[in-house]
Amino acid sequence: MIRARVTVMPKAGVLDPQGKAIGHALANLGFAGVGEVRAGKVIELELAESDPAKAKAQAEEMARRLLANLVIESYRVEIA
Amino acid sequence: MRAPAGSDGLPARPGARHLSPAPGSKEASLNAAIIVFPGTNRERDMAIALERAAGRPPALLFHRETELPRGTDLVVLAGGFSYGDYLRCGAIAAHSPIMRAVREFAARGGHVLGVCNGFQILCEAQMLPGALLRNASLRFLSMDCHLRVERAGTPFTGRWQQGAVFRSVMAHGDGNYFADAATLDRLEGEGLVAFRYCDARGEATAEANLNGSARNIAGILSPNLRVLGLMPHPENYVDPLLGGTDGLPLFESLVDALAAAPA
Repeated sequence: MIRARVTVMPKAGVLDPQGKAIGHALANLGFAGVGEVRAGKVIELELAESDPAKAKAQAEEMARRLLANLVIESYRVEIA
Repeated sequence: MRAPAGSDGLPARPGARHLSPAPGSKEASLNAAIIVFPGTNRERDMAIALERAAGRPPALLFHRETELPRGTDLVVLAGGFSYGDYLRCGAIAAHSPIMRAVREFAARGGHVLGVCNGFQILCEAQMLPGALLRNASLRFLSMDCHLRVERAGTPFTGRWQQGAVFRSVMAHGDGNYFADAATLDRLEGEGLVAFRYCDARGEATAEANLNGSARNIAGILSPNLRVLGLMPHPENYVDPLLGGTDGLPLFESLVDALAAAPA
């Protein structure tokens, strides 16, 4: 069993109102000097696979087909 | 095969009726099928609008089906929150069993209408380009809006004049249409923008663009003009008792188009 972690983020240039709202809330809490805030999501997968390279390829295929919408998001796969 | 309502172990939906055209009926009309996903909640309003225009009720089809009813000439993806909007709005529905049949139907030249969550599903299924982002205001918007017809003469807009302005209703949290500049230019260049948000006078202003959509785009068409996705709900305004009939021309246009040239 291999654990893969897929991080999905809004692409540069795509409006991220959630990140903006978090940034405003941080400013309201008194945190100064916070620049751009971007919010994405992390999806952890357990894969019945022993070869890390194959597991990574599988997770990337999953990211392309479902986990990320490549029109607006980019993804990164890490194997634990 | 089409299962009767309730075959899914869920209680039959009151009012869910299935299309059963009289054998040998020569009545040229609409054989519409509305797809119902878990979380779809606008299928009955859509059924009323379709029946009002076509004179017969559409079929309601559950998402686990793998085939459309024989003779279907219009598939409708209605509004709601399919699969709880998990992952992204429309993302799970886009990969549900019935969508393979819907995709094949569209590839054969079938007519498909996606409203609100249905538009999101069509984008996630890559049957239309672009994506619907969170509203720029971050607010769920539930209010009247005005739309301008940017492409008359299609199966969905035949009853309107080019540039006509009509009233509709929006009710969404994720209706902010996004596509890259090249895609937007292509849509505009090929006349595939169906509707734009505008004010009551027909001006596509920033103020009228409540959800922040790119270039005020409210609805787009496929290159063959047979797949339409739009965020606002034309099915809300099909009865004077409920505030007006501004949305009815869309359904009447479909009856005209499909009665004239059966798929």
